[in-house]
Amino acid sequence: MRTVVVVGASLAGLSAVRALRAQGYDGHLVVVGEERHQPYDRPPLSKDFLAGKATAGSLDLLGDQDEALEVQWRLGTRAVRINAADRSVQLSTEDSLRCDGVVLATGARARALPGGGGLDRVHCLRTLDDAVALRADLLPGARLVIIGAGFIGAEVASTARLLGLDVTVVEADPVPLARQFGLEMGQLCARLHGENGVRLLTGVGVRELVGASKVEGVRLVDGTVLPADVVVVGIGAVPNIEWLAGSGLVLGNGVITDTSCATNLGHVVAVGDCAAVHGERVEHWTNALEQPTVAAATLLAGERGRHVHTAAPYFWSDQYGVRIQFAGHRAPGDAVRVVEGDPEERSFLAVYERAGEPVAVVAMNRAKAFGRWRRQLVRHLPTT
Amino acid sequence: MVPVCNVDDLPHGESVRIVHTDIPIAVFHVEQDAGGGYYAIDDTCTHQDASLAEGWLEGCAVECPLHAACFDLRTGLPSGPPATRPVRTYPVLVQDGTLYVVVDAPAEVA
Repeated sequence: MRTVVVVGASLAGLSAVRALRAQGYDGHLVVVGEERHQPYDRPPLSKDFLAGKATAGSLDLLGDQDEALEVQWRLGTRAVRINAADRSVQLSTEDSLRCDGVVLATGARARALPGGGGLDRVHCLRTLDDAVALRADLLPGARLVIIGAGFIGAEVASTARLLGLDVTVVEADPVPLARQFGLEMGQLCARLHGENGVRLLTGVGVRELVGASKVEGVRLVDGTVLPADVVVVGIGAVPNIEWLAGSGLVLGNGVITDTSCATNLGHVVAVGDCAAVHGERVEHWTNALEQPTVAAATLLAGERGRHVHTAAPYFWSDQYGVRIQFAGHRAPGDAVRVVEGDPEERSFLAVYERAGEPVAVVAMNRAKAFGRWRRQLVRHLPTT
Repeated sequence: MVPVCNVDDLPHGESVRIVHTDIPIAVFHVEQDAGGGYYAIDDTCTHQDASLAEGWLEGCAVECPLHAACFDLRTGLPSGPPATRPVRTYPVLVQDGTLYVVVDAPAEVA
């Protein structure tokens, strides 16, 4: 293998580059990134960066040890087509990269509000540029309406409150984060908003944004209009895979792979937010960090299935000074049991159980115990 | 020199966070099979805000409880991503049954 093209220059793409080199690949490496920035860390964008406590420089993912990677960066450039026949990747600059292997790491983008375009001071939050633009509008006293009480919505609410804004969060589901945490723990998370002076409206959808040139309000399906100076739309993410249509790759809710990150094309692997392992897409930071090790091994071995990635999903969220951590595979119907601490004090650890066996763990402000449980959990997971 | 605790209060495999210093410091007592020594490093992970005293101690390394960045307790060096910068290390002394961290002279970062 003499040339590998990595499409996507965020955590998953960078991790793939590091893994390829660590596994002995010494050929040509090209990384194509749509954003003009070098790889940076996204989680702080809704937290310390938005709060003005972290600089853009502090988000840099590249360290001194990465100088030896010998990568050709093609930043500010989009890949527009993949050609299986001659194994090339065509770029928005109209040149084409011939290669022996491709790592797809194009990630996901913020889902847009249907019909929500065109007004000023309406933001989503996915990229550094998004965060810079949003930060400029988060002025003390301004009325912020956040659509969606998921992780982005909750973290932006928390940061905006800290910055002195008047914050309302609207969530279409009756209980926020219930899909991730279940009803009981979702309700606990929901209470953090009210306790910190943020209004949370649940079980009500958004009909439309109101305003002439800049946004002035958010009209709900029940007709209520919430006055707004700034709106943040945090209603999930969609994978960046449209450019792969017609490539011969099997696509679903992402690029379909097996647990070894192999796609149906022998020279193409997929990682991170754009990849759907057996149809299931994982949007977690830790997955983007770890999974590319397996993808690199699969690509270099030229053989699917030999190396597999089966780590328990792990994610965290910082909201209103509470650190929430979750690991494992929760399903509706699992029983949740607090095993230490006290939910009322926002310092506890709870285990999700199925047929008496732990399948997932959640904690608030209990990092040490959580780390122990997360390890224990691995032993209970299926190995395939 | 800053007192940490009685030696009996920090058994093998345990860690403690001290905050009566300019910046928080994490003190570890590694397992016998890893040499059994005491080590002190900056408590805050250089990657993002997390307390290393709450991390997972494995041999002479601690894994950050948030993102699994690993630091060598002896040198402060990260073993790989996501951390790219080392933590400072501090000498630990035992005197009359009390543990002390020497903070006025931070050890050179390796």
